[in-house]
Amino acid sequence: MKGYIVKRVLNLIPVLLGVSVITFVLIHMVPCDPAEVYLRLSQVPPTDEAVASIRKELGLDRPLYVQYFDWLWKVLHLDFGKSFVTKKPVLAEILSYLPATIELTVCSMVIMILISVPTGILAALYKDSLFDQFSRVLAFVGASMPSFWLGLLLMYFFALKFDLLPVMGKGTYLHLILPSLTLALGHAATYTRLLRASMLENLSREFVLYARARGLKERLIIGKHVLKNAMLPVVTAFGMSLGHMLAGAVIVENIFAWPGVGRFAVFSIFSRDYPVIQCYVCLMAVIFVLCNLLVDISYSFLDPRIKIGRE
Amino acid sequence: MFIQNLRRNLFQRKLAIISATTIMFLIVTGILAPVIAPHDPNLVNLEHKLRAPCKDFPLGTDHLGRCILSRLIYGTRISLSTAFMVMTLTIAISLVIGTCSGYLGGMVDNLFMRICDILLAFPNLILALAIVGMLGPSLVNVMIAMVAVQWVWYARIIRGMVLSVKESNFVLAARVCCTSGPLIVVRHILPNIISQIIVLATLDMGWIILNISGLSFLGLGVQPPTPEWGAMLNDGRQFIRSNPSLMIYPGLVILVVVLSFNLLGDALRDALDPKDAIRGELK
Repeated sequence: MKGYIVKRVLNLIPVLLGVSVITFVLIHMVPCDPAEVYLRLSQVPPTDEAVASIRKELGLDRPLYVQYFDWLWKVLHLDFGKSFVTKKPVLAEILSYLPATIELTVCSMVIMILISVPTGILAALYKDSLFDQFSRVLAFVGASMPSFWLGLLLMYFFALKFDLLPVMGKGTYLHLILPSLTLALGHAATYTRLLRASMLENLSREFVLYARARGLKERLIIGKHVLKNAMLPVVTAFGMSLGHMLAGAVIVENIFAWPGVGRFAVFSIFSRDYPVIQCYVCLMAVIFVLCNLLVDISYSFLDPRIKIGRE
Repeated sequence: MFIQNLRRNLFQRKLAIISATTIMFLIVTGILAPVIAPHDPNLVNLEHKLRAPCKDFPLGTDHLGRCILSRLIYGTRISLSTAFMVMTLTIAISLVIGTCSGYLGGMVDNLFMRICDILLAFPNLILALAIVGMLGPSLVNVMIAMVAVQWVWYARIIRGMVLSVKESNFVLAARVCCTSGPLIVVRHILPNIISQIIVLATLDMGWIILNISGLSFLGLGVQPPTPEWGAMLNDGRQFIRSNPSLMIYPGLVILVVVLSFNLLGDALRDALDPKDAIRGELK
C-alpha cells in the first residue's frame, strides 16, 4: 500500500513540472508587452526607457529558459510575484479569497451528495416507475441547464419574488444556500444517473442472487452488498467533480457576488493583472491534481481488490 | 417486457427526431436571420426601451430598445457557428494527433501521453479562462481557448479507438498486403472510428455551447453590441427585478439547444452501438 502511494506521488512530479511550464508559457501568450501593461496599470507613461527598466526589473530581458528556472525557483518558495494592480504578493491575495471558494465548493458537494445519492438509489430500486422517469427527465434537463441561468432563476424566485433568501454577497449561512444550490444541481443530475446505472449493474450480479437465496433481508442486501459496490465508481466521480466545481464556481461566484477566488480571477482578467491569473491557474491545477491523488488513494482503501491487485 | 422496450425505443426515437428537428430549425433560423428577424438586432432606439411584448416586438425590447427576438435569432448564428467551428477544429487537430499517436506508437505515443497527463491536470474551464485572460476577452480568443482545452480529450479517445482497430484482422491483412501506413489509416482505420467520433462530437456540442455562452456571460467572449445568448443574459441580469423576461428568453434558448444536442447524441450512440443499447435494456 505504502509503495503504491509513494509511486503515485512520484508520478506527480513530472506532471507538476509540466503544469509549471504551461503556467509559465501562459504569460508569454500575452499579445502585448507585460512591462507596458505594468506601467499603464501603475499610471506611468510607457516611455522606451521606462519600459526597458521595468523589463529589467521583471526579468523579461533575460533568455526564456533563465526566466523559467528563475520563476520556478521562486514558485517553489511560494513566491508568485506581485500583483500589477495592488502591488501585494499574489499568493497571499489569492489565499485570502480561497476560503470563501472552498466553503462554497464543500457546501455544494454536500448538497450534491444529499440529492444524488437518495435519488439515484430510489430510481434504481423502482426502475421504470414514475419516479425513475421523472428523475431521468430532471437529470437530462439538469445536465443541459446553463448554471448562470439557473443561478439567475433561483435568485429571481427565492430572493426577489418570494424574498426568502438574501440576493447576493456573503454573510450568514443563508447567503450560502443559493450559490451552492446553483453549483450543486447540475452535478447532482449527472451523479443521480451514474449511481442509478451502477446500482442496477450490481443488482443483477450473482452475489445479490446468492444473498437473496440465503434469505437475507432486502434492506441488508441493498445497504450492505449492493450500495457498497455501487458507490465505488461514484466516489471516484465525486472526487473528479471537485475540479469541475472549482471551475464552475467562477461563474456562480460572479452571479452571486461571492467573494471567492474565481471572482477575483475574473476581475484580474479585466484589469490585465497577469501574475494573478498565472498564480490562480497554477493553484487550481495543483488542487485538482492533489484531489485526484486523494481519490485514487481512497479508492484503494474502499476497494480492497484494487489494493491486492496492485500489491 | 418487449412492448415496454419497444415503447421506450420509440419514445427515444421520437425524442431524437424532435431534437434533430429543433437543431435543424435553429440552423435554418441562423442562416436566414436577415430575412426572418423583424428588426436590426443592433438598432438602438431608446424610445422603445424595455417594452413589453407587442405586435412590433414579439418578445419585447431590451434596455437599449433593441428587439429581443431579432437578437435571439442573430444570436443563433453566433452561438451555433462558433460551436461548430470549435468542434471541427478540435476534431481535425485531434484526429491527426490521435491517429499518429495510436498508429505509430513508440516514442510519439509516449510523448503524446505525457502531454495529455499535463494538460488534463488543469480543470477544463479554468485553463480556458486563463488562456482568454492572457489573450484578452474576444470571441476568437474564446474559440482558441476552447480548442486548446478540448483537443487533448478527443485525441486521447481517438488514440484509444485507433489502438483497438489497429489490432483487428482486416488491418493485419492490409499490412500483409504491403499497404502503406497512411493508406491503412485513411482506408481502413478512419472509416471504422468515424461514427463513434460523430456521436462524441454531438454529445459535446452542448457542452461547448454552454461554455462559450458561459464565458460570454462573464464578459470574456462576444463583445457588445454583437448579439449572443450568454452576453444577452448578462445584459438582462441588471433588470432581473423589473424585467425578468430579458434573462428568461436567452437562457431558455440555450437550454433547448443544449438539451437537443444531448438527446440527439444519446440517441445516436444507442443507434450506432446497438450492443450497448441492448446491454442498457437488459439492465
